Amino acid sequence: MNGEACRCEQIAESADTLSLWERRLLNEFQRGFPLTPRPYADIGARLGVSEREVLEALARLGEAGVVSRVGAVFRPNRVGSSTLAAMSVPAPRLLEVAEIVNSYAEVNHNYEREHRLNLWFVLTASSKARLKEVLADIERCTGLAVMSLPMLADYHIDLGFDLAWT
Amino acid sequence: MDLNIDDDNYRLIGAIQRGLPLVPRPYAEIGTRIGMTENEVMARLNGLMACGVIKRLGIIVRHHELGYRANAMVVWDVPDHEVDAIGACMAGFEQVTLCYRRPRRPGWPYNLFCMIHGRDREDVLAHVETLARSCRLEWCPRNVLFSRRRFKQRGALYVGAA
Repeated sequence: MNGEACRCEQIAESADTLSLWERRLLNEFQRGFPLTPRPYADIGARLGVSEREVLEALARLGEAGVVSRVGAVFRPNRVGSSTLAAMSVPAPRLLEVAEIVNSYAEVNHNYEREHRLNLWFVLTASSKARLKEVLADIERCTGLAVMSLPMLADYHIDLGFDLAWT
Repeated sequence: MDLNIDDDNYRLIGAIQRGLPLVPRPYAEIGTRIGMTENEVMARLNGLMACGVIKRLGIIVRHHELGYRANAMVVWDVPDHEVDAIGACMAGFEQVTLCYRRPRRPGWPYNLFCMIHGRDREDVLAHVETLARSCRLEWCPRNVLFSRRRFKQRGALYVGAA
């Protein structure tokens, strides 16, 4: 976890040193990624750089943590089953409990937040039964209650995030 | 479209859930892994987008690393019969990156959740005010849960997570 905190500092610098075409790459291709045999070449053509430069930039930005991945964002609960879960964890136990929660492959996001319910995480499992099992398991392992808040409606149309550079 | 775990679509989702490979022909490479042609992979991805299983296909960035250091989950207690209209209003805001209706629980009265990213705390709080004004929610009980520490952040694994 300390490792992650340190990594962020290095990345803050790298985000400031992105070239103009790299900024456009990040801002303009969060959606509408080309469904063509050579998508990276097509992106390069639009940005005036080569396929190889696009691939190298994505690899480097991926390593730096700026890019999480090139891929798909799925609509919740159309594939698998997911929920948002919250726990009220005594401060001295927070790291220990966060580690337990992190240890499940089904947990993809896990944050400390400013509230009595101070640990919030998102679980995505291949089935409802598996989701229930993991929630019960976390309660058993930590001895703490987990509040599960499954999504009832999704209002957001995900268009990516405008990085407001241009 | 309902997805069955034995579907070819499900295998395709499993093959791309960690991201497309950074090679010149990523769809061909995915196809090789799961026994599909490049054309079939592209056609199926197109279909999954058309029917809404895939919200978007592209570069997924980490806000924090790009200088958006503050994020808050903002929760609202809005009347149940108005939640759809208010959710639609919130979803239109650029700074709102997620917006969901979720159930209330004992001791947890909030039924509408949105995620807001900003350069810093003040930035996020200013967005919350704008949102409240624009969607006429000044009177609504709300709570702003800033994130303090990130313990984990990655894409969800839908297939074979266990």
